[in-house]
Amino acid sequence: MIRLWVPLFILGVWSVMAIIGPALPITPNHIDLTQILTTPSATAWLGYDDIGRSIGDRLIVGARTSFLVAFSVVFIASIVGSCLGIIGAYWGGWVDHLLIRIIDIFLAFPGILLAIALAGAMGPGIENVVLALACVGWVGYARLARSQVLAIKEADHVTAARALGASSGRIMFRHLLPLLSAPLIIELSFGVASIVIAEAGLSFLGLGVQPPDASWGSMIRDGTRYMLVAPHVVIAPGVALMLVVFAINVLGDWMRDWLDVKSLTRER
Amino acid sequence: MTKFVLARLASALLIIFGVSCLVFMLMHLIPGDPIDVMLGETAHPTDKDALRKAMGLHLPLHIQLLHYLQRLLHLDLGTSIHSGRAVTTILLERFPATLELGAGAITIAMLVAFPLGIFAALRQHTVIDAGAMAFALTGVSIPNFWLGPLLIMGGALWLGWFPVSGRNGLLSLVLPALTLGTAMAAILSRMIRSAVLEVIHEDFIRTAQAKGLGATQTVFRHALRNALLPVLTLLGLQFGALLSGAVITETIFSWPGIGSLMIEAIQQRDYPIVQGTILWISLMYIGINLVTDVLYALADPRIRLRHPS
Repeated sequence: MIRLWVPLFILGVWSVMAIIGPALPITPNHIDLTQILTTPSATAWLGYDDIGRSIGDRLIVGARTSFLVAFSVVFIASIVGSCLGIIGAYWGGWVDHLLIRIIDIFLAFPGILLAIALAGAMGPGIENVVLALACVGWVGYARLARSQVLAIKEADHVTAARALGASSGRIMFRHLLPLLSAPLIIELSFGVASIVIAEAGLSFLGLGVQPPDASWGSMIRDGTRYMLVAPHVVIAPGVALMLVVFAINVLGDWMRDWLDVKSLTRER
Repeated sequence: MTKFVLARLASALLIIFGVSCLVFMLMHLIPGDPIDVMLGETAHPTDKDALRKAMGLHLPLHIQLLHYLQRLLHLDLGTSIHSGRAVTTILLERFPATLELGAGAITIAMLVAFPLGIFAALRQHTVIDAGAMAFALTGVSIPNFWLGPLLIMGGALWLGWFPVSGRNGLLSLVLPALTLGTAMAAILSRMIRSAVLEVIHEDFIRTAQAKGLGATQTVFRHALRNALLPVLTLLGLQFGALLSGAVITETIFSWPGIGSLMIEAIQQRDYPIVQGTILWISLMYIGINLVTDVLYALADPRIRLRHPS
């Protein structure tokens, strides 16, 4: 049970901070020059950064950034991806062929490389990060939905629905989609983790959120310059990031065992 | 077998064509006039026109694409806007560093993952197994752009054993390779563990044990040989993660490879180089996947029979 409650607690804190962040009495962009690189103390639990801003406050804003990006990207990518996957597999023929070719082309760019290039071309900013990551992220869902539909589209209940005169759209979304939900949910949960890392990575490279807005990735980047004198500046956002990703991965593993679809999703 | 290789080769060529088109389109995603972006809006109109002509940007899109593909066939990736040198030359200069980093990371990953994964599987449900899997979970959760600074802090600043950055001898390779190799080590040890677990209960293992083979021989001669096949393909796929991880790792350590070249080019808005680096990295990835596929088919005849096309 520890595998369920610990990650849920971490993710709960993360989401609550992200959602109620703006209502909290925090001053993430307030610069206090007397506090530059102050180490953690009783009054400021996480200390201050290189221009005297509260790291704790900035972590909360950063949580909001990563939460927002992760959920927008996963939302867009999973809907677009699974729709395309279902349509391709259900219709087959040249539609499916085209889909496979497009998927193959996108998969030929390793990891977040294409997202880095896209974000680099479109210019920095949170919307462009979401767009770039969604452009890359839909492929996984499309592939998953496609392979699942191929396996179940000849099932008896689908034939029955067709015999009863159900339209293609109805069959796809009422009779096929619900059967995909278990593997899709697992893909979604791991997807959130990889998007959280990807957003922080893009921000680390300077392609994400722009200053003075905070992202955990850009906080790590800014902190690396003061590692020797003030290691807390790098450690705080890194621990936050790792806890969230760790929690999602543990939760994803737990769900995979619970829903028992281990053989359906690919090993990570 | 020849038929299988040819079919895979044909589909790889098709993918390369698609990738090239996509990379070409990347340039046209730049909001506004790319010339303005590259030279600044205050640049003299004659200069702008000259650059536009030089880059062929005044032509219609499909002609530009044709020209682009034509030049690619001659391995001409254009010239850098920043330095005026051929992109291919710059890539070739930077490539050995990335290769070295990748080799270092894979070596570290394998040195860690094989003993860890095999041992965890053989001692399933013990502290060793739990510890190894906890390491694996931490390894996949720790982002390399955080691990890198931590390693610099520990290994270079506090202990002073390794240089902070740059590429200068074997010592300077240690920290970047560790940064890049950790995630791979984590994923690989999980794979190896589950692969070994899968075969360990097979009949042929029981036979080997029954005929009195020692534990070492059973594991290395019988279990591993069968467990490693699926690991091989996944290793190929993991190589992709390695390549994109190299972009961030090289930036952290100022490692003069293809990855840091790409980020520098993005910052300098040197788009021909951005296009060149991304194309180069994907081509490598496609090539490696092709090789793993063929190796896999060579090792396991069932694969090439399953895909007769």
